[in-house]
Amino acid sequence: MGKFQGDIVINTERCKGCEVCVAACPFSVIAMSKDVNGKGYHFAIKVNDECTGCTNCGTVCPDGVITVYRAKVTTE
Amino acid sequence: MEELFAKPEIRKPENIVYKKTNLMIDRPLSYCPGCGHGTTHRMLMEVIEEMGIQENTIGVSPVGCSVLAYDFLDIDMLGAAHGRAPALASAIKRLWPNRFVFTYQGDGDLAAIGTAETIHACNRGENITIIFINNGIYGMTGGQMAPTTLEGMRTATSPYGRDIATMGYPLKITELIAHLPGVNYVTRQAVHTPNHVRKTKKAIRKAFEIQKEKKGLSFIEVVSNCNSGWKLTPVQANKWMEENMFPFYPLGDMKIDGKLV
Repeated sequence: MGKFQGDIVINTERCKGCEVCVAACPFSVIAMSKDVNGKGYHFAIKVNDECTGCTNCGTVCPDGVITVYRAKVTTE
Repeated sequence: MEELFAKPEIRKPENIVYKKTNLMIDRPLSYCPGCGHGTTHRMLMEVIEEMGIQENTIGVSPVGCSVLAYDFLDIDMLGAAHGRAPALASAIKRLWPNRFVFTYQGDGDLAAIGTAETIHACNRGENITIIFINNGIYGMTGGQMAPTTLEGMRTATSPYGRDIATMGYPLKITELIAHLPGVNYVTRQAVHTPNHVRKTKKAIRKAFEIQKEKKGLSFIEVVSNCNSGWKLTPVQANKWMEENMFPFYPLGDMKIDGKLV
């Protein structure tokens, strides 16, 4: 496990499903949902626990829907 | 829907490392999915937030997709007649020399109808910042050919590809502007990958610093996609842009501190 762990929160109602974040994530944390939001877009969802909080997805999202968290985790 | 991989122990306000700046008004952007306008808007507002100049900044929006920029950016903004944003920005800057003034224009606005205003504002060395979004197409009106459309590129008004013999060459207006003595800083950036987005933010920051020091005009071209106009998905459009736009519009600084690079 890495020293840093991250988490992302996606504002799914504002997501337009452009998939730019999927291409930007180095750990394949994000994928597109099978469900659609109120506007009819397949929104982005988090699909695994590999996030390190690198902020790539948040930086590249055209609509700024991703909030990124990062914390140092002490491992035994 | 319940989130499967949420980590409540990390998801605390003190651990936030990235969130959309509060200077972006909280409403859905009117742009297509994957459009570079949203990213550029956000980087611009992050720079304004970091410099603490929200109260002192006046923006001029163009005619084009970003005509509604004043709906999204929480600063004072004016809408200019088509192509006339640099002329209006010159007037604002002369009336309020201590305000930060920028224009935000697309390629149809800046390089077609507004060529005269752009070139003369640059040649006068007005102390403003011009942000120029180049996607090689008229996005808002349905994907017609723009001056910056590449050779052979299919658009609504060049259905067999742009033919140089009848339609002329693509216009490299940023290179033209770099040769004018009144211009201090000219650069070309992109916003399709995180790395390029961060570089664009640095370029915008530099442009505003130049304006603060009253050194002359700063000009930032952002090569962006228009996936609706190009009839591609956003990710495909970014790839197409890397393969076709970047060889013709190479990224990087063209002029720093009044000297050509």
